[in-house]
This record gives sequence, C-alpha cells and structure tokens, in this order.
Amino acid sequence: MRAFTFERARSIRSAAKSASNNPGSKFIAGGTNLLDLMKLEIEVPTHLIDVNGLGLDKIEATSDGGLRIGALVRNTDLAANDVVRRHYGLLSRALVAGASGQLRNKATTAGNLLQRTRCPYFYDTAQPCNKRTPGSGCSAIGGVTRQLGVIGTSEACIATHPSDMAVAMRALDAVIETTRPDGTSRSIPIAEFHHLPGDVPHIETALEKGEMVTAVTLPKPIGGKHIYRKVRDRASYAFALVSVGLVIQADGTGRVAVGGVAPKPWRVDAADAALPHGAKAAWTQLMADARPTDDNRFKVTLVERTLAAVIEEARG
Amino acid sequence: MQQSSNVSLNVNGTKHALELDNRTTLLDALREHLHLTGTKKGCDHGQCGACTVMVDGRRINSCLTLAVMHEGDEITTIEGYGRPGNLHPMQAAFVKHDGFQCGYCTPGQICSSIAVLQEIEADIPSHVTGDLTKKAKFTEAEIRERMSGNICRCGAYSNIVEAITEAARSRA
Repeated sequence: MRAFTFERARSIRSAAKSASNNPGSKFIAGGTNLLDLMKLEIEVPTHLIDVNGLGLDKIEATSDGGLRIGALVRNTDLAANDVVRRHYGLLSRALVAGASGQLRNKATTAGNLLQRTRCPYFYDTAQPCNKRTPGSGCSAIGGVTRQLGVIGTSEACIATHPSDMAVAMRALDAVIETTRPDGTSRSIPIAEFHHLPGDVPHIETALEKGEMVTAVTLPKPIGGKHIYRKVRDRASYAFALVSVGLVIQADGTGRVAVGGVAPKPWRVDAADAALPHGAKAAWTQLMADARPTDDNRFKVTLVERTLAAVIEEARG
Repeated sequence: MQQSSNVSLNVNGTKHALELDNRTTLLDALREHLHLTGTKKGCDHGQCGACTVMVDGRRINSCLTLAVMHEGDEITTIEGYGRPGNLHPMQAAFVKHDGFQCGYCTPGQICSSIAVLQEIEADIPSHVTGDLTKKAKFTEAEIRERMSGNICRCGAYSNIVEAITEAARSRA
C-alpha cells in the first residue's frame, strides 16, 4: 500500500472542499472495497478523508411518504430496518444476498453504489485495463470472460457492476443526493448515476471531483410482491452470475432490474411494459442488445430462466 | 501533513495509545503493535474471515479497516472472550464438538459465531430468512448462511455448526 495522509472530516462541506483541493484524495467510509484495492495498489490515494463521523447514518421518512437513507447507513442496518423490510423488501433481500455478515456490518449505502468492478483483469495490475489505466487497452476482451458483462459493454470495457443493493435501488427508482465542494447539493436519479463505459470506462458515475453522496432517497412504497433471486457459483458469499430483482403487482404489471450482466444495474422501460405478457416478452426487451462472448452466452439464457422462476414464485 | 497518526484503541478493556503509520490495518495494529496474535491474518482481503474481531459490538474483518479509523472504539479479540481454564461458552462448544482441525481459522470462527447468535437475537435478517416481517430463528440453515464469511480449509464445517447449535441452545 502506498503512503497517504489522513484526515477525519468535521463537516460535509469541509470534506467536499478538502476532496476538491487534494487531487489525489478519496473519501473513506466502510473502506471494505477501497482498502482491498489500495493493498493491491489499484487505488493509490495520497490523502484519505474519513467521513464516518458526519452523522449521515440515519434512516428517516420523507415528506412525500418515501424514505431517506443516510450515505453512511451500514448494509446490515438498512437490511434490518423495519420500514425497509415491510415496504421495500426487495432492498432488504438484495442486501442480505451480498457479501458476508462481517462486510455488511462495515459497508455503507453510498460505498456500495460506488464499489468498483470485480473484473479479474481490473484486479491484475500486470495486465492492461482501460478502467485502471485509461487508454492501456482491455485484456478481458479475448480473455476469460465467463463472469463478465453481456450488455451495455463497449470495445473498451466489458466489466460488470458487482452490487446487489444497486439492482434493488434501480428497480425502486432511488435518487442519490449529493453535496458539491461549493456547498450546493443536487439529486441524481439512479438511472443516470452509473455510466456505461463507452470509450471512457474509468469514468463510472455522474459524480464530479469532490462531490459527496450524502443520502439515497426512495419514493413512497409501491406495494406488490418483492423478490430478489441471485444465481451464483456457491450458495453464499459470491458475486452474481445473474440476479433478478422483481416488484410485481396482482395485475401482472411491475418492474424488473438485472444484476451481474452489465456495467450498471440493468433496467429497460420496454421490459417493464412487457412484464404482463410474461418472462419471455420482458426478457426479449431486457436483453435485446446483448453482445455476449462464447464464455458468457449462458448469462443471457440464465436471465430468462431466472426471470421466469421469479415470476412463477410471485404467482405462488 | 503526516503519514502517521495518533490513535487510542480500547482492546479487551485496556486502553492503548498508539502512533501508527496511516496504512496500518486494525489487524496489524492488534498483531504487530499490541502483540495480540490470537487474531489471524489469512487472505488479508476480507475473503476468509480469519481476522474477524468485534468492534463496538459488531463483527468486522479487521484486515479491511484502518486502525486510525477506530479512535476510542471498543475492540474485542479472541483473547478478550476467554482463556484456558476460563473459556467462553462458544470456545467450550468448539472444543467439545471438535470444531477445528489446524485451528488457524478458529479465532475468527469463534468471534463470528458469537456475533451470529447476537445478530439473530437482534432480529437482523439473512439471505435464508423466510419471512422478513417475522423474527429470524436459530436454525442450522441460518447459522450456515451467516457463517459464510468464515472459511475453514480443513473443512471442519459440520462440527462448527454443531458447536454453534449447542451454544445457541444453551443460551435460551
């Protein structure tokens, strides 16, 4: 790990300002992904700003009947929250499908959204990676791609976003609240928060330098049945090959978001619209532009089968 | 600015004032600076659970957190749970059920096990919890799922589950 200076942030504004004044700085919250990457010298910040003391760890009702989740709410606390369990069950289910008990006790809401890909070529510093070293090339393309993306990818990058939580947040139309170094705040719909790689895969989110996530809000509950199904190589503590998050109403209308297949939680309006016509109709819209490799073509089929199983479970 | 910081850690009830390189993980602070070598370094990347300790009553991977981020925190390591002749009930259950072979993962397994029972008691759901609106139960399936962040390469899992199950029963 490279040496760095360390500061405990005293306010949101001062943290954002410090981040914008220190070009090599990073915020640290749970640290479970950042420190792993720092040990491997994939992340090499020269200054860390510890934001844990900023009090952003509350879950509260919003005036329009929704929920405001502080950026520092731990995954464990979010999954265990009574309102989340009763009204946003998809979110609880996605959270407990991810990581381990130890990691969920540390990992935060904002950090989960901002975690980096687990593409093995991103992790292997001996190989080119456009995400790690912009312009160096993508060694995943033509490599071992079983775990990698099948849709939304580009000629520069075929990595996936690893989060389970973000898939649920996408289906629930979450909005990310931020504060910028000049003290202004803004709200970013989750659909616009994560970027597709295009030819700049190192730019992963809509955040500007020094901009800090302060909360994630959820609109008022939409009812329906909430199911999150994660398909993986072992029964627990593994990343998704594919995952399907579904909220479905009694009349068959609903929303579906998919994880493990794309650089961001994958949701398509036309697929939601097709849900009342069944899994195949929705899947056709979801995966219409898929560009799998021979190694990961199975993921495209697996999305259809998992969606069918989840719709079946919802009916049962 | 400095690349080292002062931090005060409260470990197993004893306060320690340390000056540490900022890079020092909580795990390395415990092992290399405080010489509490019960906590083990396995993968050093949060994948194996050998470094599990309790911080302010919650289990975490001590390898994936910086010591300087724990100013004033209460840390409990395996040394804080029991000693030969005065074992914690979970330690005694591991001995009784032979919940280990080489023993390297055992301190992490035991810290994690103690936390698992507390987490079920505190109604924190898991991936195998059936109904989110009902309280989680002390079942074998719950124990196995919640222990998935602790790897045992000797494969003592079935005995570990038996040990935890007995400790769960004797709690009630």
